[in-house]
Amino acid sequence: MREAIEGSLAIARAVSMCKPDVVAAYPITPQTHIVENLSRLVAEGDLHTEFVSVESEFSAASVVLGAAAAGARAYTATASQGVLLMAEVLFNIAGLRIPLVMTVANRAVSAPLSIWNDHSDSMAVRDSGWIQLHCSDNQEAVDTTIQAFRIAQETELPVMVCMDGFILTHTMEVIDMPSQADVQAWLPPFEFSRKLDPADPKSFGMLVSPDYFAEIRYSHHAAMLKSLNVIEALDRDWASLTGRSTGGLLTVEGAADATVGIIAMGSTVGTLRAGMAQQSAANETRLIKLRAFRPFPTEALRAAVQGLQHLIVIDRAISPGLGGILGTEVSAALADMPDRPRLHNHALGLGGRDIPESIYADLLAAIREPDAPEFSIFDVDLAKLATEDR
Amino acid sequence: MIEIRIHGRGGQGSVAAAYLLASAAFEAGFQCQAFPSFGAERRGAPVTAFVRINNAPIHLRAQIRTPDYLIVQDDTLLQDHAITAGLRPGGAMLVNSDRDNADIARVFGCRALCVPATRLATEMIGRPIPNTALLAAFLGLTDLMPLSALATALEGRFTGDILARNLSLIERAAASVPQAQWKEPVDA
Repeated sequence: MREAIEGSLAIARAVSMCKPDVVAAYPITPQTHIVENLSRLVAEGDLHTEFVSVESEFSAASVVLGAAAAGARAYTATASQGVLLMAEVLFNIAGLRIPLVMTVANRAVSAPLSIWNDHSDSMAVRDSGWIQLHCSDNQEAVDTTIQAFRIAQETELPVMVCMDGFILTHTMEVIDMPSQADVQAWLPPFEFSRKLDPADPKSFGMLVSPDYFAEIRYSHHAAMLKSLNVIEALDRDWASLTGRSTGGLLTVEGAADATVGIIAMGSTVGTLRAGMAQQSAANETRLIKLRAFRPFPTEALRAAVQGLQHLIVIDRAISPGLGGILGTEVSAALADMPDRPRLHNHALGLGGRDIPESIYADLLAAIREPDAPEFSIFDVDLAKLATEDR
Repeated sequence: MIEIRIHGRGGQGSVAAAYLLASAAFEAGFQCQAFPSFGAERRGAPVTAFVRINNAPIHLRAQIRTPDYLIVQDDTLLQDHAITAGLRPGGAMLVNSDRDNADIARVFGCRALCVPATRLATEMIGRPIPNTALLAAFLGLTDLMPLSALATALEGRFTGDILARNLSLIERAAASVPQAQWKEPVDA
């Protein structure tokens, strides 16, 4: 049913419809409303779950690790410093191949302290071995959250659902909320093939000697690559139930015959779409919305950029001393492609810097600058910098 | 697309006003988007919230730089003349104040109307929260949607005595302003 609803409340309701057995979370801006609303659903008797109020994000992640290992459907949510405090456990969850779901309400990382949105937090745990899906609006965030529980269960990998802090979490917009009956029919009861069971004792997290470590990493990598098909198939399946595709691995819109493409993750896609709609047909581009960041959909990306002469890659975080993160990955993925497009990698919207509708036209104009650097922080205000940094 | 920027102080319900207006727009059959621009959250600090209302889905997520309308919940915020920054030509500013309309219109060079919303709210709901009265006055001025849409949005948020008092308050506040005088940006 369509409703005007705040993003965080919608996520709490979507999680509740998936009937998690255990929820453990520690509140942190801008994730707070998700956890508050979940705890309200529990208090009002609408959600029957073991809601564990922990004293830190380290504990939140540890509780859901243990719960899922014991065969429970488990959920947590965090952001920014919370992701960093969880980091050790996030690698353990992934390394132990524990299926659970976590929302990251993307926020910048300190220092300097910022409560506002960028992707520094989820990028910091890029290599933890979690599936990482990015949402461009709150409808996608709701649908992806529900899909994430099934992806986790079918792949036996943890799934991180990334949604832009404030820009999505605190925005009220119209969302078609799935019904409890639809979710219940679509999402089978939780099962974990390797769950801890006294009748069939197993050990988790043992010391692994060099004789086996490489093989475990190999299998993990293979499992991540195999999950590409699962992510796509489950999105198609969800679309056949609800009529809404959430974008599989990536989606392509705009002009199919365009020679310029733009690739971005998260809510920036909406603003780029709005900017494109203000332009003449001549300035229409191919807009690529990347949903699956891990596993990285190399083949789908190569198909999506066929025929492009220029590809603008938008980063919402940077790797200091290197440049763009998504930009570097896209560059690597396309490296041996014949006639690969020329890349223009820009970070923007760092630490909550507002991304205006005019960014679309400005990005296109930047392509024509003869000595444009391969990477830039696009919306930096040089006047605010020390003279030697300009 | 209609873009509205709401200015207030922490504790006055500016974000709640944005959500209520968006909910009302949804009830009236529009697409809507409402979001806050939070600074460090504390009582009394300036807060800005944004509302977009459209017939088609809304993709743009930028803050509102060129609003059609401003709703100002606290007239001490008028000390900052940048409050009308970006207001579109023909746009208008609704202010919670006892001050003179013409005086504010002259200072800011835009159409302006004052409604004593805090006074009305204190009188009718017993609390100095101006947001629902201002929203009702805004709907009366713009004819953007029927007042019943706001009533439905309030029913989603309040119950009992508080709801009943707010419903009376919005009737009175809506009737207190010149009807549909600010309709043009809506039709444009």
